[in-house]
Parts: sequence; C-alpha cells; structure tokens
Amino acid sequence: MEFNAPAGRNLFDDAKIVGKSTPRIDGPLKVTGTAPYAYERHDVADNQAYGYVIGSAIAKGRIRSMSLDDARRAPGVIAVVAATETDPVGTSDYNNAPLFGGREIAHYHQAIACVVAQTFEQARSAAMLIRTDYERDEGAFDLEAAAPDAPLASKAHKQGDFDAAFDAAPVKIDSRFHTADESHAMMEPHATIAAWEGPKLTLWTSNQMVNWAKESMGEILGIDAENVRVDSPYVGGGFGGKLFIRADAVMAALAARAAGRPVKVTLQRPLIPNNTTHRHATIQRIRIAASRDGHISAIAHENWSGNLNGTNGENATAQTPSLYAGPNRLIANYIATLDLPEGNAMRAPGEAPGHLALEVAMDELAEALEMDPIELRVRNEPDSAVPGRPGRKFSDRNLVRCLHEGAERFGWDKRSATPGAIREGRYLIGMGVAAGYRGAPTMASAARVRLQSDGRLIVETDMTDIGTGSYTIIAQTAAETMGIPLEKVSVELGDSLYPVAAGSGGQWGAASSTAGVYAACVNLRRAIGEKLGFDGDSATFGGGRIEAGGQSFAIGDAGELSADGEISFGEFKKEYNVASYAGHFAEVAVDIYTGETRIRRMLAVCDAGRILNPLSARSQVIGAMVMSAGAALMEELAVDPRFGFFVNHDLAGYEVPVHADIPHQEVVFLETLDPIVSPMKAKGVGELGICGPGAAVANAIYNATGIRVREYPLTLDKYLDHLPEIN
Amino acid sequence: MRSFTYERASTPAQAAASVSSRQGAKFIAGGTNLLDLMKLEIETPTHLVDVQDLGLDQIERTEDGGLRIGALVTNTALSAHDAVRNDYAVLTRAIAAGASGQLRNKATTAGNLLQRTRCPYFYDTDMPCNKRKAGTGCAAIGGFSRQLGVIGISEACIATYPGDMAVALRVLDAVVETVRPDGETRVIPIADFHRLWGDTPHIETALEPGELITGVTLPRPIGGQHFYQKVRDRRSYAFALVSVAAVIQSDGSGRVAFGGVAPKPWRVAEADALLPNGAKAVVERAFQGAKPTEDNKFKIPLAERALAGLIAQARS
Amino acid sequence: MTAPADTRMSVQLTVNGSEHAIELDTRTTLLDTLREHLKLTGTKKGCDHGQCGACTVIVNGERINSCLSLAVQHQEDEITTIEGLGTPDNLHPMQAAFVKHDGYQCGYCTPGQICSAVSVLNEIRKGVPSHVTDDLTGPMQASNMEMRERMSGNICRCGAYSNIAEAMAEVAEA
Repeated sequence: MEFNAPAGRNLFDDAKIVGKSTPRIDGPLKVTGTAPYAYERHDVADNQAYGYVIGSAIAKGRIRSMSLDDARRAPGVIAVVAATETDPVGTSDYNNAPLFGGREIAHYHQAIACVVAQTFEQARSAAMLIRTDYERDEGAFDLEAAAPDAPLASKAHKQGDFDAAFDAAPVKIDSRFHTADESHAMMEPHATIAAWEGPKLTLWTSNQMVNWAKESMGEILGIDAENVRVDSPYVGGGFGGKLFIRADAVMAALAARAAGRPVKVTLQRPLIPNNTTHRHATIQRIRIAASRDGHISAIAHENWSGNLNGTNGENATAQTPSLYAGPNRLIANYIATLDLPEGNAMRAPGEAPGHLALEVAMDELAEALEMDPIELRVRNEPDSAVPGRPGRKFSDRNLVRCLHEGAERFGWDKRSATPGAIREGRYLIGMGVAAGYRGAPTMASAARVRLQSDGRLIVETDMTDIGTGSYTIIAQTAAETMGIPLEKVSVELGDSLYPVAAGSGGQWGAASSTAGVYAACVNLRRAIGEKLGFDGDSATFGGGRIEAGGQSFAIGDAGELSADGEISFGEFKKEYNVASYAGHFAEVAVDIYTGETRIRRMLAVCDAGRILNPLSARSQVIGAMVMSAGAALMEELAVDPRFGFFVNHDLAGYEVPVHADIPHQEVVFLETLDPIVSPMKAKGVGELGICGPGAAVANAIYNATGIRVREYPLTLDKYLDHLPEIN
Repeated sequence: MRSFTYERASTPAQAAASVSSRQGAKFIAGGTNLLDLMKLEIETPTHLVDVQDLGLDQIERTEDGGLRIGALVTNTALSAHDAVRNDYAVLTRAIAAGASGQLRNKATTAGNLLQRTRCPYFYDTDMPCNKRKAGTGCAAIGGFSRQLGVIGISEACIATYPGDMAVALRVLDAVVETVRPDGETRVIPIADFHRLWGDTPHIETALEPGELITGVTLPRPIGGQHFYQKVRDRRSYAFALVSVAAVIQSDGSGRVAFGGVAPKPWRVAEADALLPNGAKAVVERAFQGAKPTEDNKFKIPLAERALAGLIAQARS
Repeated sequence: MTAPADTRMSVQLTVNGSEHAIELDTRTTLLDTLREHLKLTGTKKGCDHGQCGACTVIVNGERINSCLSLAVQHQEDEITTIEGLGTPDNLHPMQAAFVKHDGYQCGYCTPGQICSAVSVLNEIRKGVPSHVTDDLTGPMQASNMEMRERMSGNICRCGAYSNIAEAMAEVAEA
C-alpha cells in the first residue's frame, strides 16, 4: 500500500479499539518476569557458554601486545577471542567506531577481547588475567578546545540578512549554552546469545532495529546477511543506544564461532558508557532579535559538537527552522573531530539538546521584551509556510493551542513575572514554560497477518517494542481493521524471519508500524473476500463477523489465510513539514540554602495527531519528561581530557533521576488528526516528550532564583554563589 | 572475581583467628560493598569468613545509659530502633539518607564503617590509584574531582569516606569495639577509627589485620535537636556532595560533623565551640587548611549554607 | 591454575516455596543463582553492582539486591522472586496495579520495582523510618513522598515513576 495522498476519512475515524486506553497485552508477562529478554533465553540453544568482554584501557593508540596464556589456561575457559589475533571486523553504515579487531584503538573501552568459559564466574575471572601493553597516542578530547576550528557539518543555511537585521533590532539576546554528553543508561545492558549452524548465525539480542541489525551483521562479519537471523522480542530499553549492532553481538558471534557452541555475552555495566554510544555534548550560540512588540526579526542558531572521524554530530539546530517565524535566519552546524567514544543517536537526537538552549533563549528574549514567554511564542507562530525551509508547508500544527491549554491547566497566571519573588519557607518557587517540537517521520513498514480457523489472528512483523507499547497498538490496529476483539489477536515481534517493519527509532515506530499492519490487514480482508466470494474492500468487518453484499460470515469461515502487506510513503509528503508539538510546563522549588532543585509539578500538552493508545502514549511522554529533567538537572558523562574517557561510567557515577526526583506528572493530548502522516493520522510522542521539559525546568529555576545558568546540567555548584546571602 | 573458599564462623574470636591465620582472608557480613569491589577485582580475597552467625545483631542499653549496637545490626534495624529514633535521631536520619532500602536491609553497622571510597578512579582498574595499588599515582588529582575531598586529603589521595552513618556516629562520640585474633578486645573512638590518607591511602582504618568489629557503643543521650542534611545532585540514592550531621542544644551550642569532604567524618572540636556564632564561623574553622580543587571548592560554601539552614531550623 | 575443590559448595535455598539444593562456585551471586542455575529469569541484572535495583528479591521477608549477595550466604533462606508473587493468570494485586496504571514501559526494571513496591508498603506498615519521615516517633503514612523516597533504589530509565506511585497508592489504599 502506497500512501501517496493525504488520508481521507477511514475506519479509524470511527474506531472502537484504536485510540482507546488499553492496558498492554504484554503487561502480564512483564509484571511476572516471564517476558524473555536477550540474555535469559536458556531455551533457544543448548549448551550456552558465557562470554566476558574486556575493553581497552587507553582512548587512542594501539595494542603492542596481549598476554593471553593465563586466561586460556584458567579453569573452565573454552576460548579467547583477542583483537590482536583477529582482523578488524567490518563496519556498516550505522557504525562510526570500530567494533573489534586489530591493534588500533579508537576509544576507551573499545572491545579488545572476549573470554568464553563454562560459567559466568569463570569467564569474568579469566578475562581479568589478560595483560595488555599499549602504545598511547595523544588525542583530542576537549570540545571547547576543538570547537573554534571545527568545520561545518553541512552548508550553513542563510535567509535574508541576519547580521544587518540583528544589528538593527531594538531588543536582542546573544547566549551561549553547553549541553553535556549523556548516556542512554537503559536498564537492560546490551546482550546477545549467538549460535552458528554451519554458515547460519542466529542472534538472540536486544536491538531496536532488527533489519538494520541483520544487514549490518552481514557487513561486519563479511557473511551473507541472508544467513543472519536476529530475534529481539523484548528490549529492555534502548533510547537510541540499541539502534545498531554493538560489541555484545559481535563478540558473541565471534566467540561462538571460536568456541564451537552458543555463547552469551552481556556488556557489564561499567563498560557501557565508554564502549557503546552516547549523546554528544554541544556548544550552542543563539542570537535572537525582535521588534519591541515581540516579533522576531532575526534568529541565528549555531551548534558545535564532536565525534570520532569528524562525522555524525549532534545537530541541536534541528527544530530551529520550524519553530518560530522571522525573516532573517542563520543556521550553522559544526562538527569537530574528537577521540571520545562514539556519539550517536539518543532519544530525539539534535532536538533534545536543541530545546535546552533555544527554549531558554526564548525565555531570555521574553524577559528582555518584558513580555510573557507564552505570548512571545504565540506572536512568533509561523503561518503555514515553514519559516526556515522555504517551499515547505506545515501539516497539522497546533502549538498555540498546546501553550494556551497548558497555561490554563497549569495555573500560569499565578506565575510571578519577576524572578526570585516567591518564597515558601526555605524554598524559592518558580514556574517555567517551553515549546516542544519534534519531527514526525515515517518509514516503510511491513507485516504479516495470519487468520486462524477459530477466528484468531496472529500478527508477525520484525517491529520491536522497546517499552513503547508496540505490541498493544499493533494488536489494536489489527483488531480494529479485522473487526475482531482485541483478545483474538496475538502479536509476534522482533524476529527477522518476519516482514521488515519500521523498527523503533526517531519516534517513527508507532505511526509507521501500525500503518504497515493496517496494510497487511487490508490485504487479508481482500483475501478473505476472494475465498468467500465478496469484495473485501467494501465489506464490513465487525464483531468477529463480516457483512458483504447481504451475506454474513464468521471471520473464521475463511479458514487459515495469511496476507503480507507493507505501507510505503509517497513523494507528496516532501512538501510538508510533519511534526509533533507540545507545551511543556514545570514548577520548581529551589532550596535557598543548598541550591537543590525539587521539581514540584510537570505538565505536557501534546499535539501528535491520533493517539493510538492514550495509556501507553502518556507513559512515553512522562518517561521522556523524566529523561529531560535528568538532562536539565543531573546527567553528565564527565570527560577526563587527560585520559580521554567518561569517568563516571556506571549507574552510581552517572546519575539519572530516581523516584524521589519525579512528582506526579500530567499529560494532555489534544484531539487532533494529521492526514499527512499515514492512514492512522497519528504521530509519535516518545521523543516529543523530551523536547522542552528540561528547558521548562531551567526557566522555572530562573523564575525561582533570578539566576540564569546556561551550562547543563544545572547542578547547584554552578549557581550557589549567586543565591541570596544567608546568615 | 577471583576464586575463594568460604566458611561461616560461629564466634567472634574464631572469626578473627580464622582471618588472621590465612593469607588473603577477609570477613564478609552484608557484602554490599565487598562484593561490588570483588567483581572488579579491586578486592581479591582468597578466603571469606562469613560473620552472620556471630549473634552480634542486638541493640541493648549500656549500664551508663548509652546504647550498644552489635556489629551485625543492619542499617534498617538500627535506624528503626526506638531508642535510636528517640534519643539519637541524627543516627536514624543519617542512615535513612544513605543508599537504598534494599542496601540498608543488608548493610551492617560494622560493614558500613568499612565502606570504601566511591572515587571513580579507584573504581576504574585501568586508572592509576594509590589506594587501589600503592605507588601507582593518583588519577583523581588533576582529574574529575567534583565529588572528592577538600580537607584531610594528601598528595597521594584525595578520596573521601563516602558513608553517612559514621558522620552521625562522629557527632555522637561513638566508640568502636573490636576483637583481635588473639582474642583481646579493645575500643577505638570513632574519631580515631578512620585514618587520614597521608602517603598510605590503602590503609583506611585503625583496624589491624584480622581485627573484627564486634559493636559500636553510643554514650548516653545528649538531648538537643538532631539533624542530618545530605546535599546531592539527585534527591535520593546518591552519595553526598556534602552532608552535615548536627546536634544543636537550645542555647545554640552543639556538635557538628561533615560528610563527603574528607577521608573521615570531619569534625573539629574548636569549630563545634563556634556553633553559637553561626555557620560561617563554624565552617571557617572546620575547613581551615582545606585544599579543594577547582571542581570541588563549592563544597565549602555549600557546607556553610547547609549548616546555616539547620541552625535556622533549630531556632524556628 | 586449578581452583581448589572447596571453591564449590552445596547451597540449600527455598525459592518461592520450592526447596533447592545446588552445588555452586562460591563466587555465584544470589542473582546469578536464580537466573543462570534455577532459570528464574524474572529477577533482572541491570548493573550487577547495587546501583539500579533491578535484581531486587525478598529474602526472609526483606527486600535486598540479589546481585550483592553470594548464594552461599543464604543457606536455608526463604527467597521470594517476582515469579513467586504471581503468575500471568493469577497476578498479585501489585502486579495487577502495575498493569492497570502502566507502571512500566520496557519491563526490565519492573520485577525489581514490584518486589520493592510490595516490600515498601510492608516497611511503612512496620514503621521503618525513611529519609523523608518528618516525625520519627509518630505513625507512618504511605504518602506519595514516602513511597517515592523508599522506591528510589529502583531506577526506571523509561521514567514510569509517576505511574508506579499511582499503582502503589491504589494497593496501599486497598
């Protein structure tokens, strides 16, 4: 099914199942510990051995020698796979850092060996017997130092005459921000069980993009991708960190070959932040100028980040062309070469740190204008043309409604425009707002639906559920389209033997994968019609029955039938800027003595088209708000520029929010539909939720204290000396 | 984790003798810190003597009206004990500020005193660390030192003692009781229990090899208002940037100790005496001679502000 | 380098009501005993260092991190794991409340969250004080802040905290 024109009225506009809050169908498995994650699959292969990975102790240079004999002789050891004895594996389009093999070291904790033993305890212990001698090279690890000479990542975008307009404007701000390197820190460590059968490799793993994993594993190992099977039915969190094949899968595959039996590998937690990917730190300079009545005349957003090989940085300008009006514009994105571990996608890459800067800059501009920050945003709401992307128009966009509805629900009128004015006991109280923008891309997505003679339906697709609720929205979509109760649908995900779906990334998963299931179901309806003698497109499917041309059938009458289907997306979408929008609000209390920030309330009002399952969509948003609060208040991979690594590389050192940090959170979904997205008219929310809340928190801290810190995370040491005197 | 043999001891003296008689033997109680470090081979015992059956899990009144806490009393049990809540609330509050419910259920009084530093360079075995491996240098000096010590540190090590409970024990003038391998017992004032690093940062306490903590004794209650404030980046389940344990009497006098700043709970008698003069005076005296880094110099004004908050609370 | 024979020991455990006698390497944690030997994989390994709470189980009535405990330290102990609280067809009230309130997303921290949540309500009932308990000598309340503080040893990177608090509140009030 090609989606090549805006969706008209369709069955989802009269939905009985899609759009209704539905507890997850995989919920009972998850709450009883019976949903199987990668490392736990004792049943899939006999005789599994344990692999333990060792990471490089230097950030850049090469291995002079490795002493492996003690490890090889250690009790229980079956095999040792070492970098010095292995040619470098291939890299796919998706990887930047070398994954394994050879003597060259590109980053700290790059995998250099895997020890396989009968037990986990033996493998871990033997791995620590390996002694490696290195030749250390100097590297570049300091973004601030590298930024001035960093080249543009892509051509700068200039519209009008930014410099002249900025110089001429009566009100302007010019601010520089830092956002930190961040770790995905998903709760399930990267893990894989690998087994070979002749030339065929099976990976039971934890991966967001099953088909990418299959294809790239072929390239990495130099084998035919058709000989690779990837199975990833449950993913214990990814956030972008499991978009790609990482060392766990590579080492498991190589180790299983060396050991001649299945091997399971999980990356030990202290290895993860430096071995895998992270969100890159950014430096951002934002200049905005406006007329006295608050209309933006000039806006410039410049961004610097760094990465291995000087490619694929964190483009924090991503939202800026689309968020606010203004005729004179400059966007420039610079990328330095750094020898830190690989920076790569983390939840809303670009936009998440972009909002931490842009939405604080807007708060600063509002203050300079002595204008309410919501009013400033409303005044700069663009018309249907995308301000920074000439020739493109917005699809459905309701940002102003988000902000207005949020203001009313949050009690924005109780905010003091004067910072530092409200005190309750030992706390300074403040409110903040930020707009949220996140692109709503779609990807081709396929599924197979198999009707059983008892009227049950099995959906098979390599789509993943990384906590997003894919199982449930896919079941809802299939039940709705086939006119059967939800309980009659079972969903099988994450196996590369199934049709290739969009996968989970870039908040495209929900909108794309459900549309793919819809396409398959439409084909199944036709197949049932062909078998029973009616036109599947015009028949009515409902209540487990089919009404067609005066005849009535039970859906099971067709017997066993299977249909594949795929949604693909036509050229017409290129005219549109399709995105999701939000108004984010936060209230904080800052301890006047210690500077500690407590978030007291959070609200997100979201505009994301049809919400397929409000229960799980709300969870996506609150979870993203938590992660955004973490970025604002505490998360930072600390760089040691002498050794070139992230120092706080475990979950004690890298602090993410805990229960105590997070108050009750409110989420409101506007009832909107976006016919440009897909037949579902639905957009993703999982990344929308991380675009803005952190800035709302930062603005609330300013409102509480009158202190503006532009270096994230906003830890108390950065403003303690500006807090009111105490005695 | 290296291989080890394991035994359960049945009396304190037997446990001490067993550890002292075997090269590389260690005691294990809750194990919450030791096992963490064994997995990284920062600790590599060859033999573990489990002390859980020693019967040291009682809390009882002493003859002089104080409290004797068995070495194996868990953090949870100690914090929840009625006498502690009523008479030594600073201890309840300090314990409850530490770690998590799960860890407090397992962590013991003695083990908590022996908790090793959380310096990230100590934890990364690829980094030089004089504490982990004497003579290799200190990667933390000149590195990421935001969490690390500002006073009582040395050229060899700038790590802190990371715990909370001991900071409260320090203001309460607790005494650590031990038994040595020869069966002799002794008492060590909490002030002398943790050592400053000097040039031997791998030696962290006054305990001798094989010496086993059997209990901690608190003197009779001292009254006053009890406070424990722990300042950190997240609201729970994190180590302190700075913590302040204080007992403040109605006349404004009292005692104060600081955590997260030094190799030991940091208390200075002359600073205590300045409590009636306010936080600034106390902290100036307590941190006299401090050598903070650019990263952690905020801890000193933070300590002052945190204490000021407690003094204000005491007065209100 | 052959390990001495006495680095293996027999351990007797009662897990979810069933007795097990297992011969183990002394280094085996309670967590790995459950996951790798008894194949009770509901208990999760998130960090293996006591920094996340995913491995939380209930031992002799109290929750602990099973990653920081050796199996040999648990001779004759009674252990309850997530599998022992309920099954998909017969959920424990806390498990049902998590489903109803969507108190999870990826599900990986969930068994630990639930074992903690059940224990936290018990700890409040028993009057164990917490960091946010104002009055150390008065009765304990299962307030939102009390539950949040006590649950803080269970990290959920998906950020389901607000929903978990609601699930717990429902069970606490029942």
